[in-house]
Amino acid sequence: MTAPALGAILSHWRRAPGQLAALVLGLALATALWSAVQAINSEARANYARAAGMLGGSQLASLTAPTGPISTETFVRLRRAGWLVSPVLEGDLRVDGRRITVTGVDFLTLPSGGAGLQTGSGEGDPAPLLRGAVALAAPGTAEAVRGAGITGLPRLVPSQTVAPGTLLMDIGAAHELLGRPGEITRLTVLADQPVRRAPLEELAPNLRRVAPGAGMDPVQLTRSFHLNLAAFGLLSFAVGLFIVYGTIGLAFEQRRPLFRTLRALGLPLRSLLTLVLAELLALALLAGGIGLVLGYLVAAALLPDVAATLRGLYGAEVSGQLTFRPGWAAAGMGMAVGGTLVAAAQALWRTARLPVLAAAHPRAWALGTVRRLWSQGAAGGALLATAAALSVAGSGLITGFVLLGALLLGAALLLPPVLSLLVAVGRRAARGPVGQWFWADAQQQIPGLSMALMALLLALAANVGVGTMVASFRVTFLGWLDQRLAAELYVTVQDAAQADRLRRFLDGRARAVLPIWEVEGRIAGRPVAVNGMADDRTFRENWPLLDAAPGAWDRLADGTGILINEQLHYRSGLGVGDRVAPFDGWRPEIVGIYSDYGNPRGEAIAGNAKLTALFPAVEKTRFALRVPQRDTDGLRRALTEATGVPAAAVTDRAAVKAASVRVFDRTFAVTGALNILTLGVAALAILIAHATLAALRLPQLAPVWALGLTRRRLARLEVARTVALAAFTAVLALPVGLLLAWALLAVVNVQAFGWRLPMQVFPLDWLRLLGLAFMAAALAAAGPARRLARMTPARFLEVFANER
Amino acid sequence: MFLDVSDLCKSFPTATGRLDVLRGVSFGLQRGEALALTGESGSGKSTLMHLVGALDTPDSGHIRLDGQPVPGRDDRAAAALRRDRIGLVFQQFNLIPSLDAGANLAFQARLAGRHQAGRCAELAQALGLSDCLERYPEQLSGGQQQRVAIGRALAAGPDLLLADEPTGNLDEDSSETVLDLMLALARDTGAAVMMVTHSGRLAARLDRRLHLSHGKLA
Repeated sequence: MTAPALGAILSHWRRAPGQLAALVLGLALATALWSAVQAINSEARANYARAAGMLGGSQLASLTAPTGPISTETFVRLRRAGWLVSPVLEGDLRVDGRRITVTGVDFLTLPSGGAGLQTGSGEGDPAPLLRGAVALAAPGTAEAVRGAGITGLPRLVPSQTVAPGTLLMDIGAAHELLGRPGEITRLTVLADQPVRRAPLEELAPNLRRVAPGAGMDPVQLTRSFHLNLAAFGLLSFAVGLFIVYGTIGLAFEQRRPLFRTLRALGLPLRSLLTLVLAELLALALLAGGIGLVLGYLVAAALLPDVAATLRGLYGAEVSGQLTFRPGWAAAGMGMAVGGTLVAAAQALWRTARLPVLAAAHPRAWALGTVRRLWSQGAAGGALLATAAALSVAGSGLITGFVLLGALLLGAALLLPPVLSLLVAVGRRAARGPVGQWFWADAQQQIPGLSMALMALLLALAANVGVGTMVASFRVTFLGWLDQRLAAELYVTVQDAAQADRLRRFLDGRARAVLPIWEVEGRIAGRPVAVNGMADDRTFRENWPLLDAAPGAWDRLADGTGILINEQLHYRSGLGVGDRVAPFDGWRPEIVGIYSDYGNPRGEAIAGNAKLTALFPAVEKTRFALRVPQRDTDGLRRALTEATGVPAAAVTDRAAVKAASVRVFDRTFAVTGALNILTLGVAALAILIAHATLAALRLPQLAPVWALGLTRRRLARLEVARTVALAAFTAVLALPVGLLLAWALLAVVNVQAFGWRLPMQVFPLDWLRLLGLAFMAAALAAAGPARRLARMTPARFLEVFANER
Repeated sequence: MFLDVSDLCKSFPTATGRLDVLRGVSFGLQRGEALALTGESGSGKSTLMHLVGALDTPDSGHIRLDGQPVPGRDDRAAAALRRDRIGLVFQQFNLIPSLDAGANLAFQARLAGRHQAGRCAELAQALGLSDCLERYPEQLSGGQQQRVAIGRALAAGPDLLLADEPTGNLDEDSSETVLDLMLALARDTGAAVMMVTHSGRLAARLDRRLHLSHGKLA
């Protein structure tokens, strides 16, 4: 009995290959977008793990000097006193505009966690590594650095154990490569230390012990970004699942008479459900497999942009090359199967309750859906109320995402009843018989098209919301850059002597020479960079403050006040009027909070005079120059000739701004790509809905044709109806998108990045998006409409023919 | 002759070659005359009616209505002819499911620009539909649906009423009632009637009867 029953059930797909294609394609796309995001996230996490494990990573404490490098003498003194410490030198190289970190270590005193590095190189003999003739790098990094023609570079050996964007070598080789002989950036403190050893305060009072994991942990920093990405993946999955839900519902409805017949012929209900379930699982595995392949391709295409984002926003290094990992593949397959079962749950439930003797009613599905519209609307309203309550009372990143989910799902559920009301208004306003039929028919189409239209609403709202957020961010960021980059030129010198030559040269040529420098401090238990700021009107007039105490700039200048950035303000809860102690013996009051977009770290600004008094030995090597705008090119040339500062070390405002904007745009490239993909899936949902409904449409259209409407006019009306429904959906998506943007800017961004942006609106972008939605809907309806216009009368007559 | 059909041929492709459904059918119909078309299943009755109603085009032969040829492949002209001069009643009713009974009844008349609210109300009254004009097709019985379909076909005042097994889905009593109504209303408007039926009893109630067998008039 099972084999013929299964044959009968599967025969449906032979008769409806388009429906089968729609089901598989919808599920494959949903799985693909979800898997792509998971693949990207797991690749990034694997990279973070590599970086963390490289030198004992976050498990070991370090010794650092807040005022600059540690001398070799200090290192030797500590070792002789019994301290088991290992020196590390870190510096940067620029390769094609990308920062490559050079990490020099002493392999002989390296903690055991680094032992695996030598074997990871794949070279049996560790001697070349120990004597500095060889450096290790991740395969992608090694390839990029090799082609850059850097002089003094040891031979590069690819190693899977080194984090991307890092060159690992003997500290001696790093000294030479970076031109910083004898310097040590930090000392790694090994886990097992002798019990009896002299206290650190006696041996090296200028050193500070930094606890394990107190630095910038990329996993923590980027958590919000990956959560954002996962949320986008889930949204795409949900949009794809709408297609699956629609096609499964239709296929079940069309097979309702078959199920009854099978039951009447003696197939037990349990067997019927088992067969249907087996069919669904087989389809889910097939579509899931296709989705995984597509997902891998999408992830491979997006990963370089994601890597750029993580580098630009968080300074976290992620390789641009994707590795297949069973974890995300299994999760993707799980989502495909789970999603199919969720989408089919209702149809399975109704099949289980199907009475054997009830008459087949071909329109039962559509009519049932109409009845469900109102209960669906009530559920949508409840979800929107939840979102509203969360926006007032909730806090935290997870709550932010729950708010977004409730907002989007609530709006999607409310769409069909709202559309139904709008169409009813159109119907009342219609004058002629065709207009009246047009709206009445549109009303009847809403149940069949509702899933596709809900998918369109989600995609459009996400586009408006994320687009508004990114565009608001861009406008704010550009304005902020204009204020922050008040100086005309920025110069980096190599040492104090060059700095002196620069000052002498600029005497009388520049209106102001403003040093840019920083020392490490601690605020609210977190390491922060404290920057020195000169008391100059450049800053007083241009530096944007989000909140300030009266006389903030005067108090900054006299050393009684300090400014903190917005990120530190949100993360620590500190505000204007609070006192902090960034260094021992200095407790200034917070007198202002400044925006600091794109910086993942907490940061503070102190008056130059106070900071110099606290740290007199710190070398100042970066300067902002205020010079007349028309003189910048000439001055730049003269400066490099007179002081020996390389031309590359002098940048003007426009170049810094252009580079910042470039980083910004690349940062959000992945968001844009996911936006387009989601919109594409929604357009496909409409196309599939039309294709699957086309067969059901003919009996509805044939009488109207017989009564005197031409096929061409019917086709035009079909397109117009779809465009009208899409237009209503798009207009409704606009407020949902703006609410989404508000939630992203005011709730999620503050939690995720630590800054709050003013929301701005971009009506031209909306018009473009509306145009895109109309076009997508028209294109989706055009195919079936074209077939309708070209359909032979014989096809229409099949509806009426009782003979032949 | 109001309707003049001469030497009409029509065939359809099948898996085993072309199937000749009509083979040189010729007949005429006067204004106000009621013609029954009978024949066994597959004899070509519905095909003949589709050709006369400008729903399909013949392979050869001519159809003239009031001296004018019925348009062939010109979709626009065929649609205009159906809209303005022909009333169609189908066995499966083919009402528009999204419109209520009142809107369905008035639909073709409004499409042809000849809608008169009074006329529609009279028809509804005559057809016994006055109480169910706000109901949708799915809320009506088979007899009620067929009466709406007849009202729709007659509301525009057609010159030719084509009915394909209009009582095929109704029981005997309902069939009689519906047929009586249809013929009486058609007579009132002066429309010619051509009705396909399997029933000899119903055919006998019309002015004339043509029998089709294997695509030819017997």
